[in-house]
Amino acid sequence: MKIGYFPGCSLEGSSREYDESLHAIAGPLGVELAEVPDWNCCGASAAHNLNHVLALALPARTLALAERAGLDELLVPCSACYTRLAVTRHELLRNETLRQQITSVIELDYVGSTRVLSVVELLARLAPTIRDKTVHPFGHRLACYYGCYLTRPTCVASCKRTEDPTEMDDICKAAGATPVDWAFKVECCGAGLSVSRTSSVAALSARVLEDAVDRGAEAIVVACPMCHTNLDLRRPAIEKAAGRRFDVPVLYVSQVIGLALGIDGHVLGLHRHHVPVRWPASVAGTREEH
Amino acid sequence: MARIGVFVCHCGENIGATVDCAAVARAAAAFPGVVHSVDYKYMCSDPGQCMIKDAVRQHRLTGVVVAACSPRMHEPTFRRATAEAGLNPFLCEMANIREHCSWVHERGEVTTEKAIDLVRVMVEKVKRNRPLSPISVPVTKRALVLGGGIAGIQAALDIANAGHEVVLVEREPSIGGHMAQLSETFPTLDCSQCILTPRMVEVAQHPNIRLYTYSELESLDGFIGSFKAKIRKKARGVDEDLCTGCGACVQKCPMKKNPSEFNARLSGRPAIYVPFPQAVPNKPVIDKKACTYHKTGKCKLCEKACEKKAIRYDQEDQIVEIDVGAVVVAIGYDVKGTDFFPEYGYGKYKDIVTGLQFERLASASGPTGGVIKRPSDGKVPEKIVFIACAGSRDPAKGISYCSKICCMYTAKHAMLYKHKVHHGEATVFYMDIRAGGKMYDEFVRRAIEADHVRYVRGRVARIYEKGGKLIVKGVDTLLNSRPVEIEADMVVLASAMVPQPDAEQLAQKMKISYDSDRFLSEAHPKLRPVEMNTAGIYVAGACQAPKDIPETVAQASGAAAKVCGLFSRSELSREPVVAVVNRAPPPLLSTCVGCFLCETACPYQAIEREEIKDRSGNVLRTVAKVNQGVCQGCGTCVALCRSKSIDLAGFTNEQVYAELVAL
Repeated sequence: MKIGYFPGCSLEGSSREYDESLHAIAGPLGVELAEVPDWNCCGASAAHNLNHVLALALPARTLALAERAGLDELLVPCSACYTRLAVTRHELLRNETLRQQITSVIELDYVGSTRVLSVVELLARLAPTIRDKTVHPFGHRLACYYGCYLTRPTCVASCKRTEDPTEMDDICKAAGATPVDWAFKVECCGAGLSVSRTSSVAALSARVLEDAVDRGAEAIVVACPMCHTNLDLRRPAIEKAAGRRFDVPVLYVSQVIGLALGIDGHVLGLHRHHVPVRWPASVAGTREEH
Repeated sequence: MARIGVFVCHCGENIGATVDCAAVARAAAAFPGVVHSVDYKYMCSDPGQCMIKDAVRQHRLTGVVVAACSPRMHEPTFRRATAEAGLNPFLCEMANIREHCSWVHERGEVTTEKAIDLVRVMVEKVKRNRPLSPISVPVTKRALVLGGGIAGIQAALDIANAGHEVVLVEREPSIGGHMAQLSETFPTLDCSQCILTPRMVEVAQHPNIRLYTYSELESLDGFIGSFKAKIRKKARGVDEDLCTGCGACVQKCPMKKNPSEFNARLSGRPAIYVPFPQAVPNKPVIDKKACTYHKTGKCKLCEKACEKKAIRYDQEDQIVEIDVGAVVVAIGYDVKGTDFFPEYGYGKYKDIVTGLQFERLASASGPTGGVIKRPSDGKVPEKIVFIACAGSRDPAKGISYCSKICCMYTAKHAMLYKHKVHHGEATVFYMDIRAGGKMYDEFVRRAIEADHVRYVRGRVARIYEKGGKLIVKGVDTLLNSRPVEIEADMVVLASAMVPQPDAEQLAQKMKISYDSDRFLSEAHPKLRPVEMNTAGIYVAGACQAPKDIPETVAQASGAAAKVCGLFSRSELSREPVVAVVNRAPPPLLSTCVGCFLCETACPYQAIEREEIKDRSGNVLRTVAKVNQGVCQGCGTCVALCRSKSIDLAGFTNEQVYAELVAL
């Protein structure tokens, strides 16, 4: 199965391990990732707040390039990118005048034939393959954290039950893990204030971590670079805000699948995390990853 | 020769502002056969109607065309006027130049030309109209009431007290409906059962009411004045004539943990059960799905306990056929369960209950004897949260309407809680307080001011469990607009009122209309609120839209009054727009070849077979014949007839072709 691939900035920088692990699992799962040639910024950081035309034109250019490359589906791992691309497609397919305006801005034809796909959507589809190919069942209790972008806005949400999504839980189950039932699946991690008000991020992310840990999660699984950055990189600030220590590692869902498929932790980029990925020896199925 | 009169109406500005009515009248005057053509501001007014009557007499008109609004609006008006002038009313036709022209087009010459075309079409049709006479149909003075809740009970009693027979059908084992489940009623706080149960007994004892409980409508055929209803009497498993309602069987049944429908699943009931002690009739039914004997062939404890030998395991459903003249649909409502709310845990938290469940907890006849105890561990909740508009007014959840009664019953719930748990804390999250009604707003103010219920204007985004408490996360949108978090012991959702799950199937079975929310559609939202579009079928209660008890009772009485009005005559006259199979003198007799394709095509079973005999009784031919009482004039048979032997009176092929040719 050949699928288009749009890494976006995060996967080339702060979330390289997400990119590495996705490429690592793609082959075994029978997916060929074809990177969109000459892709550009999705506009998530600032454009969508400042200029509506720019906010649509940036993702539209990438979408048009994917379309020109003959790709039916485009995998967009970063959930901010995903939302920008999916919302753009949604808006342009619904508004012919706007579509014409944007095509003239980007100087490329765009008809909307390429569907935008999130990692959760793709892996949910591949769950039976994952189940078949799992060689090291992931014997841990996991808190699947969806955050905001996978479930909002509802018109482009990649999860069905937006208030209580289950797709990632099902994927992890297929890899042999035990998802925990917890209350903060779709709560905010504070990414919107990541740079401008880090104290708020710490407070919001602390609540997410607290609930996951209190319900026995041994790891938090995410599918979004922002969620990962906040829960992993900002761990010291979170611990300060919560007044307690958290050892719980934060993994990308692609890394969980990779481990279950028997791929080496280093290939999956586990060593790049700030919070070390290791579990107490008492937990069944534990393997030291690095 | 045809002498047609054309009357063009301005309908005030409705037509006059868009269509040049005078030009239409002038153009029509030149049509062949038109001898008189005028325009007027309001043709339906008294002077307008007089213009028509005078013209019919003065110009000896043979046909009238009124170019005005939809025939649905004023056809009866103008036909009556025509008849008063001595012309057969079916020689009057309407050209719809309002809905079909002025309302949907801009002002301009083309619009006026379209109006002229519409008039020309009708002139050509009316030239070919034949005088028709209304068909009279006998009225069966017996009403069928579907649903034994307060709406059905009220309608049945009103009709029965007017001296007519009523057949009341209820699908549950007892009548009473949701009202029997309620604790106390707003705004007076009088006990629901105390006011309802005497009515239930009255129904059971009324000489004019035949009661079928544990029964459902199987099919409904026929038309106003003479419907044929088939009712399925589901097997109770008990001989009702022998049973004395002693309850020994219920006591002995070992399968006591089936969720009780009456207690909104908060307690168990046996497999053989009476829904509640005040049930009417007070005779048990066997729930076959729960009964050990039906599942395994062993047990029969109830049979052993029954002194009267009234248990009948092998009883089968019975179909009863009844002729009725009118039907009142009062099938009630349902509420969304807690599993409808993903953000409130999809029903996984036991201590989140619906308003209906809270009614049972607060009711003296409920599973806790009226003590407010939370379902999980039976503790009295110290902190309770009520969420109004749970699901209602939420297009994202597919329910955009207001459930109307929740503001009031939430105030009542909070009040009842405070009366029972004095030290308890009650919080209500609301969007708006809609307390329109006699003494309603005063009631809500009382909850806030006298009973100190805390009202927070805002929505609850999420509820989750932590340490045995329900964490309710919401927002107070007033003043500083701050997030609110409450550690509650129990949460009550004023969950959306929805139609019965099978309302749609019933509506299709009865061929009555319903809206996109699956509530039944009344014939006119303002002026015909208790009638359905299908003549002879009336509606009452919350199956039409969410409503409270007083409104339901008023609507039920309204429906009953309509039924009594219908029953005040022994014959009804119907429009003669029916299909007719041609007849001719011998030797032709009819062009019908007797293929009876029409018989299979007719959706109303109106086609009969007629044998044409000679004088000595020998059958010459068997041909189709239309039962004029049953035919609805849809024309399906006309389209299907291979030998063109069927025609629709008032809409003959000749008339329709003439209309097309005129364009």
